[in-house]
Amino acid sequence: MNSMIRYFKSLLLIELFQGMGLTMRYMFKPKYTVRYPMEHIPKSNRFRGLHALRRYANGEERCIACKLCEAVCPALAITIDSAPRESDGQRRTTRYDIDLFKCIYCGFCEESCPVDSIVETSIHEYHFEQRGENVVNKTQLLAIGDRFEQQIAADRAQDAAYR
Amino acid sequence: MADLLIHQLLIPLAYIMAIVLPLVIAVAMFVYWERKVIGWMHVRMGPNKIGPFGMLQAFADVVKLLIKEVILPTKANRFLYYMAPMIALVPALAAWAVVPFSSKLVLSNANAGVLYLLAMTSMGVYGIIIAGWASNSRYALLGAMRSAAQVISYELAMGLCLVCVLVLAGSLNLTDIVNAQAGGKGLFDWFWLPLLPVFVIYFIAGVAETNRAPFDVAEGESEIVAGFHVEYSGSAFALFFLAEYANMILVSFLASILFLGGWLSPLQGWVHADAPGWINWIWTGGFIWLFIKAFVMSFLFLWFRATFPRYRYDQIMRLGWKVLIPIAIVWVLVAGCMKYFGVVTIGTGV
Repeated sequence: MNSMIRYFKSLLLIELFQGMGLTMRYMFKPKYTVRYPMEHIPKSNRFRGLHALRRYANGEERCIACKLCEAVCPALAITIDSAPRESDGQRRTTRYDIDLFKCIYCGFCEESCPVDSIVETSIHEYHFEQRGENVVNKTQLLAIGDRFEQQIAADRAQDAAYR
Repeated sequence: MADLLIHQLLIPLAYIMAIVLPLVIAVAMFVYWERKVIGWMHVRMGPNKIGPFGMLQAFADVVKLLIKEVILPTKANRFLYYMAPMIALVPALAAWAVVPFSSKLVLSNANAGVLYLLAMTSMGVYGIIIAGWASNSRYALLGAMRSAAQVISYELAMGLCLVCVLVLAGSLNLTDIVNAQAGGKGLFDWFWLPLLPVFVIYFIAGVAETNRAPFDVAEGESEIVAGFHVEYSGSAFALFFLAEYANMILVSFLASILFLGGWLSPLQGWVHADAPGWINWIWTGGFIWLFIKAFVMSFLFLWFRATFPRYRYDQIMRLGWKVLIPIAIVWVLVAGCMKYFGVVTIGTGV
């Protein structure tokens, strides 16, 4: 008897019509699509994007060439050379390169930094047009830091209570 | 000489253009509509960037396909490889010659119109088989063989469905078949009511015939990449695409003509009012009704594709041979009895 009922159910295509009813209901639902270049979804202040080197308020660069970030980097993306600065003999970096193709955006460099110098900003829309542009040097990183300092500081302040 | 040229060449050419050009534009808009509808059913937006509401997306795709290179696989059979898309496309376009858009508007009012249609629609599969064989690729060959077996089995069911219609209408002429559905009981005078199971079978067979989801094992993206047209690119691929969508629109039009009264109004016999021509068609019927019906039927194709998962190959065969064909055979008998004993008064026309 059960098999007979099942037979007629499948013959009358009942389940198929139920499925079609479902898709028809979904057709009129509000859509989830975000029109990406014009619309953005909210981003966490902990987002780990493009790197930057920060400065103190007086314009002095924070990095003291301790090379902790270079040591902790699991992808070996960071290369640092250091020497005493000519003007005052302070220990500073002469070279600070990050290979963004090697970088896995884990954020360990930022966590290891004792002076909050290297940070990962929330910028995630960037591109390279020439081979070699994927390696960003110290000048570029400092420039990114100068340009987005407000944003970086705001993100850090928001997260400070949980660190 | 000039007279001969005009009558033998230019006028037929103009007729062909009058059918093919709107058809190609309809295919482009149908592709756009498909992507839009399936997008909506997936709770996405579908194409919305090119042109108003993305309506020019299909034309952009056409331009892209036409400027791309047609790649010939190394060991492919050159002649058949290039012939296959044309063999697939020509019947899909030629079948439109006998489709009546209204009582007057038909390119060729052939008496054996239904036979011609059956012949043309089954020709299309040769394009698919040749494409699969000539590409010299395993996936393409698999797709072609699946497609051949499927089309042959579903052609039978489709033919039996047509027999039911012919029994009730008593004619092979498509215009006569539509006229036989005229009457005073509105949409209940059409063939879908006495032939309801057959109508369903016809449409299922039509979906299978055009290799659309859920019967698209011939393409089966998840198993055999793209099936028979896996090696085709550029304009050759565009031709297959065009043929497939032209066939879908054709099946929709045929379902409307054979079962849903073609250009007849669903209000026929209920409303008798005298109104200007631009509004009169609502109850007296006109080609707009045919387009509305065909639009609804073609929407079903998209709806199916958004809803149903693909059939397994043996399930397709089982459904075709063990379910659809027996029911269709029984209904041929039922339709014959209905006609003989005069149970249904329709099919006599007015």
